[in-house]
Amino acid sequence: MSQPEQSAGTAPDAANPEREALLAELARVLPATALLSAAEDLKPYECDGLTAYRALPWAVALPQNEEQVVAVLKVCHARQVPVVARGAGTGLSGGATPVAQGVVLSLAKFMRILQIDPLARLARVQPGVRNQAISEAVAPFGLYYAPDPSSQIACTIGGNVAENSGGVHCLKYGLTLHNVLKVRVALMNGEVVEIGSHALDDPGYDLLALMIGSEGMLGVVLEATVKLTPKPRTAQVVMASFDSVIDAGNAVAAIIAAGIIPAGLEMMDKLATAAVEDFVHAGYDLSAAAILLAESDGTAEEVAEEIATMSALLEKSGARQLRISQSEAERLKYWAGRKAAFPAVGRITPDYLCMDGTIPRKHLSHVLTRIAELSEEFHLRCANVFHAGDGNLHPLIMFDARNPGETERAIAFGAKILELSVDVGGTITGEHGVGVEKVKQMCVQFSREELEAFHAVKAAFDPLTLLNPGKAVPYPRHCSEYRLTGSAR
Amino acid sequence: MSDRIEEYRSRILERKPLRLRGGGSKDFYGGPLAGDVLDTRGHSGIVGYEPTELVITARAGTPLAELESTLAARRQVLACEPPHFGDATVGGAVAAGLSGPRRAVAGSLRDYVLGVKLMDGEGRELNFGGQVMKNVAGFDVSRLVTGSLGTLGLILEVSLKVMPLPVAETTLRFEMPQDKALDALNGWGGQPVPLAASCWQDTVLTLRLAGAQAAVRAACDKLGGERIAETEAAGFWSALREQTTDYFAGDAPLWRLSVPSVAPPLDLPGPQLIEWGGAQRWLRGGDASRVREAAAKAGGHATLFRGGDKSSGVFAPLPPALMEVHRRLKQSFDPYGVFNPGRLYSEF
Repeated sequence: MSQPEQSAGTAPDAANPEREALLAELARVLPATALLSAAEDLKPYECDGLTAYRALPWAVALPQNEEQVVAVLKVCHARQVPVVARGAGTGLSGGATPVAQGVVLSLAKFMRILQIDPLARLARVQPGVRNQAISEAVAPFGLYYAPDPSSQIACTIGGNVAENSGGVHCLKYGLTLHNVLKVRVALMNGEVVEIGSHALDDPGYDLLALMIGSEGMLGVVLEATVKLTPKPRTAQVVMASFDSVIDAGNAVAAIIAAGIIPAGLEMMDKLATAAVEDFVHAGYDLSAAAILLAESDGTAEEVAEEIATMSALLEKSGARQLRISQSEAERLKYWAGRKAAFPAVGRITPDYLCMDGTIPRKHLSHVLTRIAELSEEFHLRCANVFHAGDGNLHPLIMFDARNPGETERAIAFGAKILELSVDVGGTITGEHGVGVEKVKQMCVQFSREELEAFHAVKAAFDPLTLLNPGKAVPYPRHCSEYRLTGSAR
Repeated sequence: MSDRIEEYRSRILERKPLRLRGGGSKDFYGGPLAGDVLDTRGHSGIVGYEPTELVITARAGTPLAELESTLAARRQVLACEPPHFGDATVGGAVAAGLSGPRRAVAGSLRDYVLGVKLMDGEGRELNFGGQVMKNVAGFDVSRLVTGSLGTLGLILEVSLKVMPLPVAETTLRFEMPQDKALDALNGWGGQPVPLAASCWQDTVLTLRLAGAQAAVRAACDKLGGERIAETEAAGFWSALREQTTDYFAGDAPLWRLSVPSVAPPLDLPGPQLIEWGGAQRWLRGGDASRVREAAAKAGGHATLFRGGDKSSGVFAPLPPALMEVHRRLKQSFDPYGVFNPGRLYSEF
């Protein structure tokens, strides 16, 4: 596996006349404070949540209104300069990694909630509004925005739309895709279009489905209308510990087979549990091979009924310890551990890579066994956090970038896990996106013809391939290079 | 089986217009029919079903009824309740993208599509999405294909997310004028009430609750209304889903107006029937431009669903920039204009 292609540069092409001309044109359409071009100002934008990949762009634009976004796009379109839109930069796949000799378009200043309609149960927001800020703003109406990625205190709706973000409650409440009604989007040529509506099932092709999860490659989100969900009256969580991950996996299948769709259904292996417990002291069972969190929400009666059923099923499946949250504080404490899993692992290792495959759940034990073998092979520890209900597995590969060759080993280990996910009938990414990180593994999951179709979809929106180019969909040459390393189909 | 695929491929490669057709249950839907029929029913059968993974995969020609009875045996359902309108196939249901009474609460058919195997205009078999619930690898082409009326390619196989059958179900009836019914529906929608479907017609609001035993019981106590016997209720919702009630009979054009649920009563002549908590309003008769204008003014759009004069288009016209994107997408999947020409828009 080769090195990450782009590393931290020094000053970005300081004397390049193309760059100078671009900056001059951008300066005409943006206030001085909304255009960054000095190396030290560009530095904070050199990467997103995937810090292994970095590049310094030519400039960062921080427009304050729609007209400025459109103007920036038009300038870049005319000059054929690549543009990478950016929200909070919390993405884990490098979707917002800058393109060298390109412009980063930050939507950070679009922080207004434009409309809350409690009766229609929707909110219209600007793309820089934080995920959690929506739920906070609509809480007085007994409503909330359901998708809850673990980064929800920081990540923005624009980024959520780009990545089709999930969360621990999406088994029951759906992904971003299921909770966004409409987006207002600027295309690369500066044209503004509205996709979707406040009504249901719009005429024509479902461009909204295409836009959501498009990793910022089809358009720049200017506004999103999201669906709001009535807040359940109450919620309770059962924490169960198991001597084997197989038993825990079977318990999940038993719950689903009983006709229950839990509000949340999460698993952590021993290493993840230990890291988390040390961090948040949630009272997890440290000697268990796996722990499972199963949440029920609804009316008090409904929750009592479902918790009783789930507890019985968990016990029957071999749970050695069961604890049911007795208060809202305790429930939040159990979840705090799960939601803090990534930072908790970050505390016990200098660096980690977070994988994101989804697998049919029946293959869980095979996949975990294989990951354990790979862990030995690559001499790197790996903790596993699992959205058990929907099969989305997050192995966290721990490494130390200061040790020569260890970053490459971690990336190679990750690639094996992604290929394994595809082998068992799953996918290389469940919710984090392909970005730059997994672009080569796309060659494993998709044929040349399918990749061509993706390129054609992009071209339908962005014929010059200027918006976030090089992300998410590999070119045939990437795949032939990857095939030389031995694994692609 | 693979013989069928080869047969389909060779027909597609003739580059002559084809009319993709399953059971023909939705021949009435969309623009004028054109091209020689390519019957998908020979490519049938459930390929995989994992109740505990909540996923079923079926070939396009599989009867929707067969798929649903397979699910029912394991107490599972397609929560979006796609209509059959006769002998619908799975491929046809996905191509049409229609959903039934539970749609407003449970989501649309598109929300449940996980993956699609498609044959494009070059005769290539392409897989998009997959058999897992969370999958963001590549653009979401499987959902793009859903509701595209077969204009992007021949759907060969589909994977759908399935849901458990609700444990309890109750139907309530209320006497209410339209404006009051709309207020009530939107009000209940914002509360933790296990709504599953609604139908207002002629001052009668019928409401279906579905979910956990305790939740349905609590909602019944809270909402009041007259409780409808189980068999009568089942018949009512099925007839609504299949459009076999008196309201849908006769030759008068049937318009489907999709509007925000909070849109006030629409001032249009002709009898209306309201579903989806106020978001879907059916109308019999009416002048096309007036209907489209009313729907647009309310923030939605109108479809000439059944009957009437299709010469001015069936679906609401698209803004030029979006039409251009449609044209390019069509061009890339179907460069020779083979699949269902004119069925969605006369432009392609």
